[in-house]
Amino acid sequence: MSKKVQVQTTINGDETDFLCEPRNSLLEVLRDNLTLTGAKEGCNNGNCGACSVILDGRLVNACCVLGVEVDGCDVQTIEGIGSPGELHPLQQKFLEHAALQCGICTPGFILSAKALLDKNPNPTEHEVRYWLAGNLCRCTGYDKIIRAVLDTAEESR
Amino acid sequence: MATNGYNVIGTRPIRHDGADKVTGRAIYGADIQLTGLLYGAILRSPHPHARIIKIDTSRAEALPGVKAVATAEDLPQAADKMADLGETIVNLRDASNNVLAYGKVLYKGHAIAGVAASNLHIAQEALELIDVEYEVLPHVTWVMDAMKEDAPILHEDMKTTSLGEETDKVSNIANHFQHKIGDPDQGFADADVVVEREFTTQTVHQGYIEPHNATAMWNEEDQLTVWTSTQGAFAVREQLTEILKLPVSKVKVVPLEIGGGFGGKISVYGDPVAAILSKKTGHPVKITMGRDEVFEGTGPTPASYIKVKIGATNDGKITAATTYMAYEAGAYPGSPVGAGAGCIFSPYDIANAQIDGYDVCVNKPKTNAYRAPGATNAALAPETVIDEICEIIGMDPLEFRLKNAAKEGSRRVDGPVHPRIGCVETTEAAKNSDHYNTALEKSDNGMLRGRGVASGYWFNFNGGKSAISVSVNGDGTINMLEGSTDIGGSRASISMQLAETIGLKATDINPKIVDTDSIGYTDVTGGSRTTFGTGYAAHATGQALIHEMKARASKLWDVPADAIDYTDGVFCYKDDKEKRGTFKEIAKQAGDTGGPIVAQVSTQPDGSGGGAFATHICDVEVDPETGKVDVLRYTAVQDVGTAIHPSYVEGQIQGGVVQGIGWGLNEEYVYNDDGMMTNASFLDYRMPTTLDTPMVETILVEVPNVAHPYGVRGVGEVPIVPPPAALANAIYAATGQRIRDLPMSPPRVQAAIAKNAG
Repeated sequence: MSKKVQVQTTINGDETDFLCEPRNSLLEVLRDNLTLTGAKEGCNNGNCGACSVILDGRLVNACCVLGVEVDGCDVQTIEGIGSPGELHPLQQKFLEHAALQCGICTPGFILSAKALLDKNPNPTEHEVRYWLAGNLCRCTGYDKIIRAVLDTAEESR
Repeated sequence: MATNGYNVIGTRPIRHDGADKVTGRAIYGADIQLTGLLYGAILRSPHPHARIIKIDTSRAEALPGVKAVATAEDLPQAADKMADLGETIVNLRDASNNVLAYGKVLYKGHAIAGVAASNLHIAQEALELIDVEYEVLPHVTWVMDAMKEDAPILHEDMKTTSLGEETDKVSNIANHFQHKIGDPDQGFADADVVVEREFTTQTVHQGYIEPHNATAMWNEEDQLTVWTSTQGAFAVREQLTEILKLPVSKVKVVPLEIGGGFGGKISVYGDPVAAILSKKTGHPVKITMGRDEVFEGTGPTPASYIKVKIGATNDGKITAATTYMAYEAGAYPGSPVGAGAGCIFSPYDIANAQIDGYDVCVNKPKTNAYRAPGATNAALAPETVIDEICEIIGMDPLEFRLKNAAKEGSRRVDGPVHPRIGCVETTEAAKNSDHYNTALEKSDNGMLRGRGVASGYWFNFNGGKSAISVSVNGDGTINMLEGSTDIGGSRASISMQLAETIGLKATDINPKIVDTDSIGYTDVTGGSRTTFGTGYAAHATGQALIHEMKARASKLWDVPADAIDYTDGVFCYKDDKEKRGTFKEIAKQAGDTGGPIVAQVSTQPDGSGGGAFATHICDVEVDPETGKVDVLRYTAVQDVGTAIHPSYVEGQIQGGVVQGIGWGLNEEYVYNDDGMMTNASFLDYRMPTTLDTPMVETILVEVPNVAHPYGVRGVGEVPIVPPPAALANAIYAATGQRIRDLPMSPPRVQAAIAKNAG
């Protein structure tokens, strides 16, 4: 076992320190060290987007970032979306549009869509499809997910 | 209020488990944390076919942090007997040998040993320290090669069963069966047009985003608890009791949330290994698969070779049809060729037909169910041959399908007679759809465009066994326990049926999926049975509850229970309308009428009431330079019986269509000459993304199912059946080329176009 490193971060607004091995991915740290299991492992090589998190304002796959790399960074996970007692508009629209079936990809899609809407609050259908192409869903055929994101954007205008 | 005469059915409430799933709080199999948890990893065969001479685990066991290593020697030898797991029937000895190879490895990725260590990285390092000596054997990875006389034999003791009789012949052909009706020779003689074609399909994976996982704790009293993501907790319990030779009362399976299954999460893989490792270490052990292990070590759906011959008259009546279907079973017998044979001609009323099916072992993972297992492979052949016939005789392909449509009383080639079904209504709705009646515009930039249609059929399994247990809270809401995995909204669809029955709102029901110790036996979520079968149980439970509530009201009012009516959520004494109370009012007084109000019912309906039919229309645009196919517009029409929660019915259809598009255009296991899959990642095994798909229009045709109190018909599987054929017909319309091999990937389409141009 390699020597652990101390890492200082802000996660969902809270200052958070953790110890991890240099080989541990951010996804492992979130899930196993910090029990933030909302980020899911679907492939562990950046192809499915189920572990999407927002790192210093940028959408990343947590499986492709090392835990030690987030020292001094700000990390936002699905657990930090929405506020106590109130869902984020994207979360609400995903429910209203039935944009999830099994739900394993849903946290990743919501973070990915949030990163899009933060950048471009008025996307076209094609822009939504282009942006979300890094997130795989095998249940829904994407139709209702795209509609939920477009509806969120429309309602926030 | 819905427009169908129901109060709850047909509305679109927010699903009960929704908030937890959009906030990341829902606990899926891999999310479980237990005190003292160890992490497991599995050593897998690098060879597609080899004899295991020796396994030496000593170096792995010596690695600091490693707590235990397990091989097939640690498993009791399972019985050579069949177990029905709902959607698949398995031989338990084969299932055990698939979990940890015994004697031979039969495919690359076949599990050989498991390691438990204090963390996953150490467990993975230890795998490299397990020394396995192999005698590498010749391999075979294509069904038609495996059927040859000189093919390498996977199972030296497997004798071919032919037409119901076991022969003395040892071969890779596990089974050859035949269905026949009428006189096919005469039928072809009566035809004006006969078309015969050959088709191939490749191995494809269900592609659920959540890898398999299992966490096991074997305690000092030999009680085993397994937490896992599964389509059927009871099916896992049955496999564990058989593979580990434990009494059923000692095994508890706790189903956690499941991240997709599509038929692939019924068989156990890591579960018995985690159990053995837990027994050896005294700690809970969690095993989660990597994506490469999911591709190479779990059951995909088979590659196949199908030949079809169809004869028809010039006025569009099918006179005869025959087919030869050979499906890869993978390493052990049991492909879905039987199901494929039951579906291949079933949208049609055909008097003369013959089906020959072959179940063939090859050096690939043991295949498993995948959404309408066997039917998608099968439909490609007749649905495209019919398209050819329609072109020859100059008939609209939907008119042809209507003319030959299966109806109540039509006999399927494999024997059963269709009850009341919606094949005609579905085809008519497709013919009347906006999509079919809107001409496809030509491309203005040199792209080739075309439209195709295809139909499909899936049985829907027989309803199966389900149990529901309810307790009424003091405020009149209901806690509902069930054993059916919710893989895509069934908490909602089952709660809605209970709410409808007892006159409450969907939100008054609190559904909970519980472990195998806490509810009566319930079959798997599969075979399009859950909303039908467990909904059937929910209806029966609702009726039992009303009966009990009437008894409670009779005590309150001191009147006979059978003189109490229950309508629109109000109990009322027939002879004195002043004696009345809502469900909630009666519930509140439970303490005065005999204590807590509960009911539990188990049901096993007599058949599914007929299968599901779908007709799909798709428009494609083909780039003649690259061969890339884009789907411009897609409409799926389906008989859904009664849509309980229409949003999730639409979702099932849309999801199935997109899986079918992936199967048709991109997805395949690519094998090299060494029998190795070369694309075992989501990067290289390319499933459709948001950019590859259009919106999917759905048309829900509601022909209520007579076998269900609310007319429910299973909807989940049939939507995957027509897409590859619809795409093939559309690509032909666009390019003039018939492609009969899946997937219709850019190189294949480009080559077909180039060949024609050259």
